[in-house]
Amino acid sequence: MQNEKKYHAIKVDERKCIGCTHCMKVCPTEAIRIKKGVATINDKRCVDCGNCLRACPVNAFYVEQDSLVQLNHYKIRVVMFPAVLVGQISTVYSVNQIYQGLLNLGFTHVFEVEQPIQLLINSIKEDVKAADDKPLISSFCPAIVRLIQCKYPSLANNIVGLKAPHDLAAHYIIEMLKDDGVERDEIGIFYISPCSAKMAAVKRPIDEKESIVDGLINMNEIYNRLMKVLPKEENSDTTHFRTNVSRDGIVWSLPRGEARHFKGRSMAIDGIHNVVKFLERLENEEVPELDFLELKSCDQGCAGGILMTGNRFLTVERLQKRSKKYPDADAFDSSSPIAQVLKNKLKAEPIVPNPVFVLDQDRIKALEKLEKVEKILCQLPAIDCGACGAPNCHALAEDMVQGKAKMTDCIFLQKRYLKENKLSAEKAFRNLENIWGEKRFEADCSKKGGRNEGF
Amino acid sequence: MAIELNFEIKESDFSLAGKASSKIKKMLKQLNVDAKIIKRIVVAIYEAEVNVVAHSFGGNLMAKIDEKKIEVTVTDRGPGIENIEKAMEAGYSTASKKVREMGFGAGMGLPNIEKNTDELKITSKPGGGTTLFFRNYL
Repeated sequence: MQNEKKYHAIKVDERKCIGCTHCMKVCPTEAIRIKKGVATINDKRCVDCGNCLRACPVNAFYVEQDSLVQLNHYKIRVVMFPAVLVGQISTVYSVNQIYQGLLNLGFTHVFEVEQPIQLLINSIKEDVKAADDKPLISSFCPAIVRLIQCKYPSLANNIVGLKAPHDLAAHYIIEMLKDDGVERDEIGIFYISPCSAKMAAVKRPIDEKESIVDGLINMNEIYNRLMKVLPKEENSDTTHFRTNVSRDGIVWSLPRGEARHFKGRSMAIDGIHNVVKFLERLENEEVPELDFLELKSCDQGCAGGILMTGNRFLTVERLQKRSKKYPDADAFDSSSPIAQVLKNKLKAEPIVPNPVFVLDQDRIKALEKLEKVEKILCQLPAIDCGACGAPNCHALAEDMVQGKAKMTDCIFLQKRYLKENKLSAEKAFRNLENIWGEKRFEADCSKKGGRNEGF
Repeated sequence: MAIELNFEIKESDFSLAGKASSKIKKMLKQLNVDAKIIKRIVVAIYEAEVNVVAHSFGGNLMAKIDEKKIEVTVTDRGPGIENIEKAMEAGYSTASKKVREMGFGAGMGLPNIEKNTDELKITSKPGGGTTLFFRNYL
């Protein structure tokens, strides 16, 4: 598995990218470098959090998705989406109208992912009870799971060994339809994802097994299409699709949505940079004893997902109001035969660490490299300007010892070498062209980027 | 082949305690040291940093890492420890009320360092500061 090329949902459109360094600066795993004027992502380090996409002033990052044309291949066409979809839309439209809109797009069944959430709550509670090593960390957010694999390998064991709500929901849909006598190959399940991390996780699950859904669509794509077909008034009843929608399910993907079930001994943290700071402390045992830790990569949880359209705070507000109209999740029948089948499907493979920041597998070589990094750092200016194409001086020094960059990539050092006659002006210029592309140094009044683009 | 690191630790500024342990943690991860071993070292170093901040007038921490071990020497300009044996008892604390109110000084510092290190040596005399030396095998 480790040698295999990792699947990533986030790609760079090289024609759009202007090599402006915004993405490089916000990446929590320092996975981005600028080469020949274009952002390039290191597959091994990328956790698909989507911060780059958020920071990009020219929309050069995109998330690969499937086409809705595929709908035609299936007799039963299920749209499976997290409750945050509903939260984005103004309350001028009723939930019934939104469901009707989804049917208007060509789906035959409309299903909110969090409907069987009680099963997940039960299983997490059982796992927490049985765990020796606490806190258990939620496996809900795939960006966080991948972050822990590569940056906090010592905590990989603490991740709950259960699948995410979308896996559970997909199995639930299949089992229910099977009960109605429908064959699996007649069913097309289309998952609407609020973020790139879930896109990657559903397309290629973390344990690298086959995906359970038949199509993956970006939330913003569906939002745009839905706005065109939302009916002006209610003209049919869709309540039967919402039999198991619950208060707990609706807020599950919001901050404290999971942690609130573990009162007193739980914490919830949202925003990947906040999570990084917290995990550093957790590793050092500077955190009080906890049973359960909910970590979400996006600020305001999935309401702030990178493929979401509405304002995250408005979305949270609408969802909280909406949730009050529904019963608690424990109204779900957890002892039905389907519930038993699902319970077994919830078990996930253990999360294996994937420590990508190791300098060398050979300890002595790694030590040599580490010493070299420290020496190189003495020469670098420590202003983290990014003009070398790496996010900061430290990252550049690490690239150098791995043979991926050279001293003359640093513009400060270039100036020094020029003054000391160790480098020709011609060569120095070519170095910069290698990083920033050939035409980068010509005057261009239509240049994009800078503070007024997208901020 | 060994790497030497030096850190200055200032008195009474708890927000800065943890600088040495964070940097050393990052390095040990880059060396692919076993996560459990890293955890012990980091906990020990962090406790030592907090001790200097809480009890002394500042000091410094020196760490030496080679392929087999890490050695840490923490020297402070402080009041010294009157009774080392007693200070090693869990729960024994001489921390001021102010320090305790900040959530430190529970008397677990030295016992915790001992628990998380392979070798520990403390030299101290009242009025003459304290030097802590510990070693962990990687």
